[in-house]
Amino acid sequence: MSEPTLIMGAVAYAPKVVTIWEGFKAFFVKNGLPFDYVLYSNYEKQVEAQFDDTLHLAWNSPLAWVRADRIARSRGQQVKAVAMRDTDCDLRSAIVVRADSPVQTLAELRDKTVGMGALDSPQATLIPLDHLRSAGLVKQRDFQLRYFDVLGGKHGDHIGGERDAAVALMAGEVDACCLIDGNHLAFGLDGTLPSGSTRVIARTGAYDHCNFTTSPGAPADLIERFVALLMAMRWDDPQVRPLLELEGLREWRAGRTSGYALLERAVDDENFYSRDGAILNPDYRY
Amino acid sequence: MAPSSTPTIDIESLGLDQGALLLIRRALAERPVGGELQVRGRSPDWQMHLEAWCRSQGHPLRFETAVDGIAQARITRGPHAEGRWRDAQATGTAHGDINGMPAEDAASGWGLAARGATVEAGSPDFFFALHRRHELWAATAGELYRQAAAAQWDPGTAIDWDAVFELPPPIEAAVVQVMTYLIENENAALLVPARHLGQIHPHYREVLQLLALQCGDEARHVEVFTRRATLRGHEPALSTAGGQASLRTLFDAPDFSVATFLLAVLGEGSFVNLLNFLQANAPDPVTRQIARLTARDEARHVAFGMAHLEYRLSVQPDYQAKLRNAIEVRYDALAHTAGLNEEVFDALVLLAAGELSPEAIARGHAAVQQLQRDMAAGRRARLARLGFERDEAKRLSDLHTRNFM
Repeated sequence: MSEPTLIMGAVAYAPKVVTIWEGFKAFFVKNGLPFDYVLYSNYEKQVEAQFDDTLHLAWNSPLAWVRADRIARSRGQQVKAVAMRDTDCDLRSAIVVRADSPVQTLAELRDKTVGMGALDSPQATLIPLDHLRSAGLVKQRDFQLRYFDVLGGKHGDHIGGERDAAVALMAGEVDACCLIDGNHLAFGLDGTLPSGSTRVIARTGAYDHCNFTTSPGAPADLIERFVALLMAMRWDDPQVRPLLELEGLREWRAGRTSGYALLERAVDDENFYSRDGAILNPDYRY
Repeated sequence: MAPSSTPTIDIESLGLDQGALLLIRRALAERPVGGELQVRGRSPDWQMHLEAWCRSQGHPLRFETAVDGIAQARITRGPHAEGRWRDAQATGTAHGDINGMPAEDAASGWGLAARGATVEAGSPDFFFALHRRHELWAATAGELYRQAAAAQWDPGTAIDWDAVFELPPPIEAAVVQVMTYLIENENAALLVPARHLGQIHPHYREVLQLLALQCGDEARHVEVFTRRATLRGHEPALSTAGGQASLRTLFDAPDFSVATFLLAVLGEGSFVNLLNFLQANAPDPVTRQIARLTARDEARHVAFGMAHLEYRLSVQPDYQAKLRNAIEVRYDALAHTAGLNEEVFDALVLLAAGELSPEAIARGHAAVQQLQRDMAAGRRARLARLGFERDEAKRLSDLHTRNFM
């Protein structure tokens, strides 16, 4: 009998996902791990597939992790975050206004319009909403929210929503926009937000991004070999480096779940998922 | 407290999105892996941007307050930055080795990089069929390229298209026929090197550059021959099956050296004689000017062909057998064809004659016969320079296609 194959799910938020996972698949197989992957068009179907024996593990967004964790707990099962990128740790989002805006503080966003990313973006919507709520500002009650809802179901992985919000900020269509700190630098470098044209009025707390989430009952030995091979990937290996560059990391790290508290709170406050992982937001399309 | 020995750079009010990253990258590159760099700055978002950048690059970072109360960053140089250049490929030097020679074999992974550049390991392989020096190199390629670049001429101004002349209709028709013949030959002379050009590893840039200019030369020749053919309102004239069959054998020659031998050494070499003949005997000033300029270019093409084959034979003497075989195979392939078509032959006689009187025709005919002797002598001389014995050179020269090219 042939050795069982480890099956991983990944969301096709961009064409490069195929290149990345075909490359990683070749790496795993070459190193003796039977590996295959299934692509999903959205994280919701992927998470659900973690509970019907389709997948052994999934490359999950932080929001997908929250949902998988909730579904598992509600069933008395367990999912684990076994690995993540070095660049997944301690991210922050920024709330940005135009440099010439009279707005200096979060409180002054009252009755203003704030541009956010996709409805399901942790970094450009849910965590900034949590931050504003902590400052006493609740969407629609205290400020107008305008979503730049690009590619629902991708959990904001696509940069398009953040870019659209940034462009709208410059065009005066919104009074503030929310984006991940690295994208504020990137948009400054590429001219989307010309240097000096914006002002950061707040930064959210630190949070973590994606992780590899195991499914309940995933074969422990295969998962162990998978993680060991990830950790063995080296940036200075020219065969692997292009894939790591595409995936946006320098090295893989052990998974941790300490960085999801802000998102957990936002998911409850925004009624995005229930405690058992059901989707509550009636406007969510994926 | 002793002052910190950690190097510090002050980016002042320069934002990371305004160029400060360059200063930070350079300062960090001077630190060893695990070494630290302090950064001070005053632009509004520098700390947030530095945090995001360090995270993306794998450099640990912490902020602290300096003695003067100003926030400063302490970056630890991560291990990744130089990883990109581990096992990078050296591609020789821009000007070749101490003898000015490029590498014997150019690696596919060097790709399109400049000769002498350092190429990241893992760069994609490019398939270049011609990647070995002996298959394409010529010692004088660089010098011939410089000559060619300096000798480019503008068809619009180099030739006096408005020169006043009038030819009897039969003589004008003869010019048109010769131009027609020249055009198809120049099409071959353009396409044969062009077909090999795209297969040459750019490590051998002198050859690449020279062949590119050769293609440009031939493109210009096609233009001026076409303009002369149509100068008096005629369309180009006749093209024979035998002529095209002869060119087809050049077109199909798969080996660069063989193609160069047949086209440049034998064909274009004979063409230099033909163009010199036209310069001396053509009945109008425009045709004579064209012949003078194109002959100069063709002589350079012959020079490259000779230099390449001399180099190849110097490192691979037994390659001579392949050259001999190529002539014999081509002769056999063309044995059933008519050779130089009589329209072209008669046209050349007429051009040299200038009129239809028997006396003039006799003069023209003698001139064309002399041309054929000159061509044969030139071929023998070039074959001899390539190391063929005297009798062998004569035999092979005589096997050369009667279509000249």
